[in-house]
Amino acid sequence: MTNVICIVCPKGCHLQVDENNDYAVTGFGCARGIDYGKKELQNPTRVITSTVRLEGGIHRRCPVKTAADIPKGMIPDAMGLLNTVQLKSPVKVGDVVVPDICGTGVPWVATRNM
Amino acid sequence: MTKRYDVVVIGAGPAGLAAACKACEKGARRVLVAERDREAGGILNQCIHNGFGLHYFKEELTGPEYAGRFVDLLGKTGVELKLDTMVVDITKDKTVHAINTTDGYMELKAGAIVLAMGCRERTRGAIAIPGDRPAGIFTAGAAQRYVNMEGWMVGKRVVVLGSGDIGLIMARRMTLEGAKVLACVELMPYSNGLTRNIVQCLQDYDIPLYLSHTITNIIGKERVAQVVVSKVDENRRPIPGSEILFDCDTVLLSVGLIPENELTRSAEIAIDPRTNGAIVFENMETSAPGIFGCGNVVHVHDLVDFVTGESQRAGAAAARHALGQQDTGGVLEVEAGSCVTYTVPQRVRRDHVEKSMELFFRVNNVYHNMEIKVMDGDSQLCRFKREHMAPGEMERIAVPRVLLDKVRGDRITVTVVPQEGA
Amino acid sequence: MFDVAVIGCGVVGSGIACELSRFRLSVAMVEKENDVACGTTKANSAIVHAGYDPEPGTKMARLNVEGSRMMEDLCRRLNVRYKRIGSLVLAFRESEMECVRALYGRGLQNGVEGLRILAKEETLKLEPGLNPEVAGALYAPSAAIVDPWGLAIALAQTAVLNGAKLYLNSPVESIEEAGGFYRIRAGKNNIEAKYVVNAAGTHADEINNLAAKPFFKILPVKGEYYLLDKNQGGVVSHTIFHTPTAAGKGVLISPTVQGNLIVGPTADPASGPDDTAVTAEGLQKIAREALRCDASVNLRESIRNFAGVRAATERDDFILEASPDAPRFVNAAAIKSPGLSASPAIAKEARKILEGIGLRCEEKEHFTEYRRPPLFKDMTDGERRIAFGRDPLYGRVVCRCETVTQGDIRAALRGPIPPVSVDGVKRRCGAGMGRCQGGFCGPRVHELLSRAYRVPMERIMQDKTGSYILTGETKAGDAT
Repeated sequence: MTNVICIVCPKGCHLQVDENNDYAVTGFGCARGIDYGKKELQNPTRVITSTVRLEGGIHRRCPVKTAADIPKGMIPDAMGLLNTVQLKSPVKVGDVVVPDICGTGVPWVATRNM
Repeated sequence: MTKRYDVVVIGAGPAGLAAACKACEKGARRVLVAERDREAGGILNQCIHNGFGLHYFKEELTGPEYAGRFVDLLGKTGVELKLDTMVVDITKDKTVHAINTTDGYMELKAGAIVLAMGCRERTRGAIAIPGDRPAGIFTAGAAQRYVNMEGWMVGKRVVVLGSGDIGLIMARRMTLEGAKVLACVELMPYSNGLTRNIVQCLQDYDIPLYLSHTITNIIGKERVAQVVVSKVDENRRPIPGSEILFDCDTVLLSVGLIPENELTRSAEIAIDPRTNGAIVFENMETSAPGIFGCGNVVHVHDLVDFVTGESQRAGAAAARHALGQQDTGGVLEVEAGSCVTYTVPQRVRRDHVEKSMELFFRVNNVYHNMEIKVMDGDSQLCRFKREHMAPGEMERIAVPRVLLDKVRGDRITVTVVPQEGA
Repeated sequence: MFDVAVIGCGVVGSGIACELSRFRLSVAMVEKENDVACGTTKANSAIVHAGYDPEPGTKMARLNVEGSRMMEDLCRRLNVRYKRIGSLVLAFRESEMECVRALYGRGLQNGVEGLRILAKEETLKLEPGLNPEVAGALYAPSAAIVDPWGLAIALAQTAVLNGAKLYLNSPVESIEEAGGFYRIRAGKNNIEAKYVVNAAGTHADEINNLAAKPFFKILPVKGEYYLLDKNQGGVVSHTIFHTPTAAGKGVLISPTVQGNLIVGPTADPASGPDDTAVTAEGLQKIAREALRCDASVNLRESIRNFAGVRAATERDDFILEASPDAPRFVNAAAIKSPGLSASPAIAKEARKILEGIGLRCEEKEHFTEYRRPPLFKDMTDGERRIAFGRDPLYGRVVCRCETVTQGDIRAALRGPIPPVSVDGVKRRCGAGMGRCQGGFCGPRVHELLSRAYRVPMERIMQDKTGSYILTGETKAGDAT
């Protein structure tokens, strides 16, 4: 039995996940918590956010995010992909900045019009 | 230069943007938003992490995305936006003194004013941390601005003081940009931030959290070299002999937010010492008729979604006031009962509550299996169950108008008690 | 070859350089830090003492009273903030009233004007918020508060405006008598000067010992302070002291010229001449003593703590004299309290001492005092309109807490000694002195400096050399 805090929404329900019982989840506040509990113990993923270099915009950096969650273990590599990116203004929310993070099919996308 | 507006909104962060859009929607024609920064969006522009909008948009957005929605919305209204403009004074008669590099000094007359100036961060000096005064000590928000907006790294080896959300978010941010975050140090025996942030900012990156600890010395000639962290006792006094020395070059302080109420004070508006923000009615009006407040300047929020709702209420009321319909009537005081630190609003004119009144409050400790009770003297108006409550998680309840109408006394009390049988 | 080299650019050194720059002399100002007024000058009580404390007959006594008399006019001419608010030395029992009477007598001997001994009621009438157990007080209406670093900077800028050459980042490493002049090695500079004035503050003994036989030792004494939010600025309207002890004048409570309340100092041995660390014990001491005088002082409204180091020696007087063994060498050393108050008189005295050992001082025909440019926040509406007309950057408020505009900062950058660090801007314009302590304006001032000097952001310092703010860029590949 493992205690897991759900991070899907700010409520932060305290889940209990039983690895020995097909990862049954208790303590959830909504259905998303069940999925989260199961996933967190078997294949934890995260959405991560960062910035990339920007030329010609109001600031020198443009905020970006992974369009969907990616395996936690890939976070360092995913971050590394941003080091060589140089965007040029104008940039729109949702613009693809790096098309495919390490074969996941998930892109880095811009989160601000700049 | 003198100009007249129906509504002047001070601040174009999420609060100001929502208030201005709603004021416009509710019929105010000449609406001005004065913003001191070069762009609208407020603090959300530097909050590049996600977690915003789950309530309001039913989507998980980053700060800039959330702000962007309202900036776009504002652009579609006829609201005038003056950027790079500082409001230096306001008076009770609703004159706004502002200044910028193109218009110079302006005296603006407003039918109604909405205060949306947000808050500032508590500093090292405010908590009197002993030691040298080297460079490398930042409030977490100031560091966040450097890192996220302009791409500057503020340090390589970091100790974070305070486990509120800003400190936790920056612990993760600095780590992702290659710094080593040695510890997050928290004075209280519990964290003040959202629990999800403890997981995704500290645990995910193996950053140790030291509860019941504080920084008792900062050492460094021109730049931070070390900090001393000590355990504290139940009175939050450092325990001699418990010192831990960290070699670091950066201290990030996340030790509290203070509503930015200089303008509010200069208009002689009544301030609640528990929130450090204006005392407000159910429609967000302050003690000065026609001057409203919303967002962090009234009380520091945890979720921007709640800011939006509150600010729309303020904007709508400001428009009504400017158009000549003033909200008056009998007042009920709202009292903070057991376990409750403060409530917003602090006063209610129930005649102007439509279906229900949105009421925010905070508890003074971490509690489990409690009941929120809204009382009229000894009789209970309504109650709500909560499994988990914490000071760092603002509570929101809706008190139905029909119940408010039943109140016989001159006040209602919001109180939190253990569940029966719990 | 300079006529005079002044070592140390605090309020004493800058004052001496300014005084010398009135004459047809070539003057070098030699400062180890990257700006003037970086030592004790920027970390003291900011009080212009009336002059009843020093022992009659000492240089301290004479120069305190003289300097205090000169201060108001000097500050008016240089546009440095000064306010004559008067001071009270409180007594809580008869033995302390005896002390008050002794100070009164001393003050009369020293030539202090307007001194009065007040009974309990009169004291409480002047300051209703004081501890009602007060027994009486010494009232000195001539005491004042001032902006000490503002004064030093204005004096230094005047010196430079009138031809003095300022060497910053120039710590003095050696002083050699080379036959009629001195060769001074200071950082990267070799400075030759016929006369030398040692105004090196807590390092004055080290500087003396480079040129002459050691005859005094600086025993650094630390003074810690609380600086409280402006909402506490009206808690008292005079400078409030308690009767002094052997350790010194003790903890005072005073308004500052910026409108804050300053509470302090302690008087504890510093671990070295540059030990400006604030300690938990020091802050507790301040709390105990201050609350004795006025329980309404709210230390939770602290916006900043700091400490300064006094250049104390075993003797209780200034060492303001020609060196006993080094020719053409004058010490302006051991200038601890009332050094700031005495500084205008010390400057004149130092020049006279130089004349006494052979320096010919011919007054210049043209001497211009550097008037600090008026700050936007102090301007009238009319003056603001004019300022804005000349420079629209007066329309951009950079420091919200203190209403400092970009126009103010630009004016400082155009001065004879422009700021090179974020704190340098703070000392000239006030940006960052408010309750948010630079949280809002710091990054903006940082950027302005980077643009003004055309250097990368990473090279701008918070204050002294080495106080870098940024360590590099994000997305630089490998940030560690």
